[in-house]
Amino acid sequence: MTVTDHTQATADAAHSHGIVPDKSRADRIVSFDADAFPVPTGREENWRFSPVRDLKPLFADEPVAGHLEWATSELPAGVTLTEVPVDDARERTVRAPGDRASALAVKHSGGAMALAIAANTVVDEPITIDLTGVGGDVRGHLLIEVGQSAEATVVITRTGTARYSELVSVNLADNAGLNLVLLQQWDADAVHAGEVVAKLGRDARLRGTVVTLGGKVVRLNTSAAFAGEGASVDLFGLYFADSGQHQEHQLFVDHAVPKCTSRVTYKGALAGATAHSVWIGDVLIRAAAEGTDTYELNRNLVLTDGARADSVPNLEIETGEIEGAGHASATGRFDEEQMFYLRSRGISEDQARKLVVRGFFADLIHEIGVPAVEEGLMRQIDLELEHVADDLQEEPGDE
Amino acid sequence: MSTLEIRNLHVTVDTPEGTKEILKGVDLTINSGETHAIMGPNGSGKSTLAYSIAGHPKYTITEGSVTLDGEDVLAMSVDERAKAGLFLAMQYPVEVPGVSVSNFLRTAKTAIDGEAPKLRTWVKDVKGAMENLRMDPAFGERGVNEGFSGGEKKRHEILQMELLQPKISILDETDSGLDVDALRIVSEGVNRAKDNTGLGIMLITHYTRILRYIKPDFVHVFVAGRVAEQGGPELAERLEAEGYDRYVANA
Ligand SMILES: Nc1ncnc2c1ncn2[C@@H]1O[C@H](COP(=O)(O)OP(=O)(O)O)[C@@H](O)[C@H]1O
Ligand SMILES: [Mg+2]
Repeated sequence: MTVTDHTQATADAAHSHGIVPDKSRADRIVSFDADAFPVPTGREENWRFSPVRDLKPLFADEPVAGHLEWATSELPAGVTLTEVPVDDARERTVRAPGDRASALAVKHSGGAMALAIAANTVVDEPITIDLTGVGGDVRGHLLIEVGQSAEATVVITRTGTARYSELVSVNLADNAGLNLVLLQQWDADAVHAGEVVAKLGRDARLRGTVVTLGGKVVRLNTSAAFAGEGASVDLFGLYFADSGQHQEHQLFVDHAVPKCTSRVTYKGALAGATAHSVWIGDVLIRAAAEGTDTYELNRNLVLTDGARADSVPNLEIETGEIEGAGHASATGRFDEEQMFYLRSRGISEDQARKLVVRGFFADLIHEIGVPAVEEGLMRQIDLELEHVADDLQEEPGDE
Repeated sequence: MSTLEIRNLHVTVDTPEGTKEILKGVDLTINSGETHAIMGPNGSGKSTLAYSIAGHPKYTITEGSVTLDGEDVLAMSVDERAKAGLFLAMQYPVEVPGVSVSNFLRTAKTAIDGEAPKLRTWVKDVKGAMENLRMDPAFGERGVNEGFSGGEKKRHEILQMELLQPKISILDETDSGLDVDALRIVSEGVNRAKDNTGLGIMLITHYTRILRYIKPDFVHVFVAGRVAEQGGPELAERLEAEGYDRYVANA
């Protein structure tokens, strides 16, 4: 097993105010021009953990023919889903793309789909969008726009297979509330590079949950920027990487204005010789962002030998006038003492493993706030664990 | 009527300095309804004995046998041992975050019995057992041992023992670190289980105090990985007066 934990190094750097290992996150290029980003080699700061060879098709500046099949729940009054031409879509995107895959996704998407929730509309039932890949290369651009004081839950589920890149722009007007759930339940050969960029107006509230279980490579980066005071983001993530899977989640929370709150909580389990997860959590508290309150956490549970979890928290603080700022990152082996305790009560090895892993994810799953999704997830985690049990049985000499 | 029979048990652990023999030939027989106190100084191997019988993977049995009613315990997996009727109340119970006590208890009971308990009687049994041990019903919703105080952990161990109804129970320093009130509550639980099910008990302890509440039929003095002396309850009184010095000096 290789567990790489950069916690100490970055924690030391981050806590000595102002000293950051590389250049500030604020200086990272964003652009709609794909040529602003050279084709990644894997040596770049933001690609250094990524399997660039598998992602190569997503770096090609060429038109594509593929599409995802859309199925949407019935839209209630005040909610619309419309097609937006490429140029308008760019205008309405809250921030330019942060890497080549994202820029090319916009360029070759053929226009965006815009889900708009009118001001003061409160939608009780989750709005569901099911996206099914039917193979081939697909580029996507999605706009989610929540009007002033509107509230909604949006669940986007990706299944099937594709080589897919996308940009999802999330625009929350003042006092808007959005619970956005992104489920990556791709088939085993899907390759997905996505970027979610969110902008929050004054007093807006974003709760974002990312669940990555399927796919060969999933690299999903989320950025949230505060544009008005009193806003809050809660970003949750759950992933389970098996043999041959690469699951990467990069986060960036940009505290540019005072009195905003952010919480980032990502948890992952890894099983199988070549399972690889990457979590990079950047938080920037700019000089103007007095009264900021932020905390980010990443925990990884390594179930079998050979799996690798990279975890890099990074906190940049440019003002001393904050409420609180902290981060934690921990990567641990599956706990044999917990297993022994449960098994000494008659519980079988498989069942004990299920209990421990369910327990590890339990608090996170309860945060999603969409009962149907929560229940489905527990079942899916059990299914993932059944693969683990099969893998372990194939290892000779294991008890 | 059940019998746990330990014969010439030798056990090693792997340490950074190499393999170390901890148990050096333990002989002990425990029948249903009997209470055996195992008393010995720290580091004498009491927990090693308990863990080895329960099947903890850190311990290697190099010689000897353990049988329960003639069945080879050492050939069983950890969960099979529990299903066969062995129970270990641990000296340091393990936290299992996110797994609620009630889910854990129901899962264990289902595993031991081979079928799910009848819901209505089960809820009643759990409630009654928790009341007897002065445990707040809210415990059911907490994570297993998560944030429990030392005394709460020990009561939770006894709760499991009462609900799972083993044939032979090993209590590893269940009394250590308890105040007198908690000690009394825990001892009542042990005596209740014995009265109800005819449980055989291996009561591992460092202190003599618990023997005022749980009366042993036999006392075994455990020193340097083996039983140095055995006798009846009077041996405990002698230990209380003299301590372990006499044995340690000879060992
Ligand atoms: N897992 C282990 N690894 C290394 N040494 C151990 C381990 N378990 C026990 N020991 C050693 O074996 C000896 C007996 O320990 P233990 O069985 O815990 O004694 P007791 O319960 O009587 O205090 C001690 O010297 C202890 O350090
Ligand atoms: Mg001990």
